[in-house]
Amino acid sequence: MPSLNLDTSFTDEGFHNVAFHRPQPNWLKELRQRAYRTFEDLPMPNRSMEEWRRTELRHFRLLQFQAWSPHPEQAPEIPSQLIPRLDTDGLIITLNGRKLESRLDPALGQQGVVLNCLEDSILNGWEELIRKHLFSILDWKYDKFAAMHAAFWTGGIFVYVPKDIRVNKPLLHVAALMPGQADVGHTLIILDEGAEATVVSETVSVDPSASSLYCGGIEIILRPGARLRYVNMQNWNQATFHFAHQKAVLAERASLEWTLGALGGRLAKVNQHLVLDGPESEGIVNGVMFAENRQHLAYHTLQHHRTPKTKSDLLYKGALQDQSHLVWRGMIRVEAGAVKADGYQRNDNLMLSQTARTDCIPGLEILADDVRCTHGATAGRVDEEEIFYCQTRGLTRREATRLVVTGFFQQVLDRITIDSVREALTDIIQHRVREYRG
Amino acid sequence: MSPETLSVIDLHVSVEGKPILKGVNLTIRRGEIHALMGPNGSGKTTLGLAIMGHPRYEITRGRIELDGEDITQLEPHERARRGLFMAFQRPVAIPGVRLADFLRHAVSNVRNPARKEGEELIPMREFRKELKEKMDLLRMDAEFARRYVNDGFSGGEMKRAEILQMAMLRPKFAILDETDSGLDVDAVRLASQSIAEIGGRQMGLLIITHHERLLEHNPPDVTHVLLGGRIVETGGPELAERLHREGYDQLRQKYPEAAAEEAALAGQGKQ
Ligand SMILES: Nc1ncnc2c1ncn2[C@@H]1O[C@H](COP(=O)(O)OP(=O)(O)OP(=O)(O)O)[C@@H](O)[C@H]1O
Ligand SMILES: [Mg+2]
Repeated sequence: MPSLNLDTSFTDEGFHNVAFHRPQPNWLKELRQRAYRTFEDLPMPNRSMEEWRRTELRHFRLLQFQAWSPHPEQAPEIPSQLIPRLDTDGLIITLNGRKLESRLDPALGQQGVVLNCLEDSILNGWEELIRKHLFSILDWKYDKFAAMHAAFWTGGIFVYVPKDIRVNKPLLHVAALMPGQADVGHTLIILDEGAEATVVSETVSVDPSASSLYCGGIEIILRPGARLRYVNMQNWNQATFHFAHQKAVLAERASLEWTLGALGGRLAKVNQHLVLDGPESEGIVNGVMFAENRQHLAYHTLQHHRTPKTKSDLLYKGALQDQSHLVWRGMIRVEAGAVKADGYQRNDNLMLSQTARTDCIPGLEILADDVRCTHGATAGRVDEEEIFYCQTRGLTRREATRLVVTGFFQQVLDRITIDSVREALTDIIQHRVREYRG
Repeated sequence: MSPETLSVIDLHVSVEGKPILKGVNLTIRRGEIHALMGPNGSGKTTLGLAIMGHPRYEITRGRIELDGEDITQLEPHERARRGLFMAFQRPVAIPGVRLADFLRHAVSNVRNPARKEGEELIPMREFRKELKEKMDLLRMDAEFARRYVNDGFSGGEMKRAEILQMAMLRPKFAILDETDSGLDVDAVRLASQSIAEIGGRQMGLLIITHHERLLEHNPPDVTHVLLGGRIVETGGPELAERLHREGYDQLRQKYPEAAAEEAALAGQGKQ
């Protein structure tokens, strides 16, 4: 491991210090090296690139963040919303991307279930499986941040559920970040044939206002008939930069309920990619977005139907306050041969101020016949008549606004089948909504 | 003014700069029933919304008093917490908000006017029990409270939900704006009876209606006729009966000035 006074920034020297001063197999070192070259070659994204046209990176200073630093002697307090609410079968807490502590119901451990640090797991008997799947679905050449993640990643988490094993209660991952630090952790989730689990991941900042960086990757692999509920509740403070590549690949009859909370971040740029790779696989995607102040949240989603009788259903709902900016770019791609595919995507946004901005752009690319694909996007203001009606029933303007905004989200909240997650999201939103002043 | 009254004094109201009400005077004592009649577009709803404090209905002159207190400048929620209620002619849908949750918030605020946001709501058990009683009274299915407020309600369902809200909020004064329209024959009877039972003589009621049935069960002590933005006649229950029989044309002849104002306003509306 690098020692205290080494350079661990996102530079050439930092790369060598972070990436090589650690026990790891050669194939991983080589992967890092290739990724680093790509990172060096690729330009910092800018607005001349299609995907970044609406996302301004001028204020982002990569060199102010540390890719690695030792854990403090005393772990900071971690203001998690979910730890107190969720009854779990396992918990892993990471700090700056690397494990702080973890526990798993021993009965599940005996059945072969894994919830642990990804890096440790490579060294502790899971190398073969991880080697086969790490960056197997995520394209680390996609852009500079994807390559940076592949080169610099440390720590991470690994979840594995063996064939036909069912994990009843959620496995919770809380990722905490300290000021000036980066979380470049990788998440790898593999559910074997017929396995079932719920994985919930929450991100929190230790400090309410200091800037940090997340540049992570998530790979979800569902083998035939596997069923996963996955929640990613991004709730960093509003000074943190969040760059994420997330991808799930579903084999036949596999199903995924994927919920995304887009709440925190100064700037968030997320690629969420759902691949329906096997016949009759099915993915439901729920997005709950709330932006305020000067937050910029950009979510690019792809529902990729590759085989027949696959189903995807995406609903993103966003509310925007102050001068925030929300971008959603959705795409449903149906490959030739993916007959009887059923794809749906929708994004509804509610504007809570005159100065908030939203760009929602649905897209379809259909190469197969006999498919059903629909999409929609709306952006509207809070209806003054609704507020007034509530007020005539004794609610203050703020309480009325909260009720109307919560009601706006209800449709997507109703699709989330994990009660405590639904409640946490509702609370966070209600807490943030201020009085609507047209 | 004496306590337990709702008074409208020389009220002038404009919508988008367009004068609708031109000096309305009205005093309702608690326990009284007043009927407010008048042709379409004469300003009945405008009066109700202005009393409730709708921001788009600008009061350019005059005032509203409740129990002697000038409430003209109060926020709508403050008026509601002081005991004012209006059953809307066109209730507003609030998608995603269940009627029961909505009402629980409403009841908590109205019964505890000093309540701050975030403070305890009325206990669930107590609330549920009372809601069930009131829904039984109105022969509403319990499932109904789980639906989103006015979202996809039929015309009649909306009106019933308004009566349910009144029953739960137990206001001092209630304005019922065409609460009997859109209801089938049986529902009108039930609604009329329920209003009599709930309102009885504990509330002051201002009933806006174009039909007779509601007034049969709730015979007005006073009837007002609004025409061209002014109350042109005030009488007893016989006035309401006469208007139901004869319509408004005789009144228009009797008050040509008000009729001219009415025509002018209707003309503006068409532009
Ligand atoms: N929000 C508004 N915007 C524009 N014009 C309005 C608005 N509200 C009322 N008006 C106008 O004010 C006049 C009075 O309307 P109001 O709804 O008060 O009539 P009403 O007596 O309730 O009629 P009805 O019997 O048809 O319900 C009408 O000309 C109407 O078009
Ligand atoms: Mg009306």
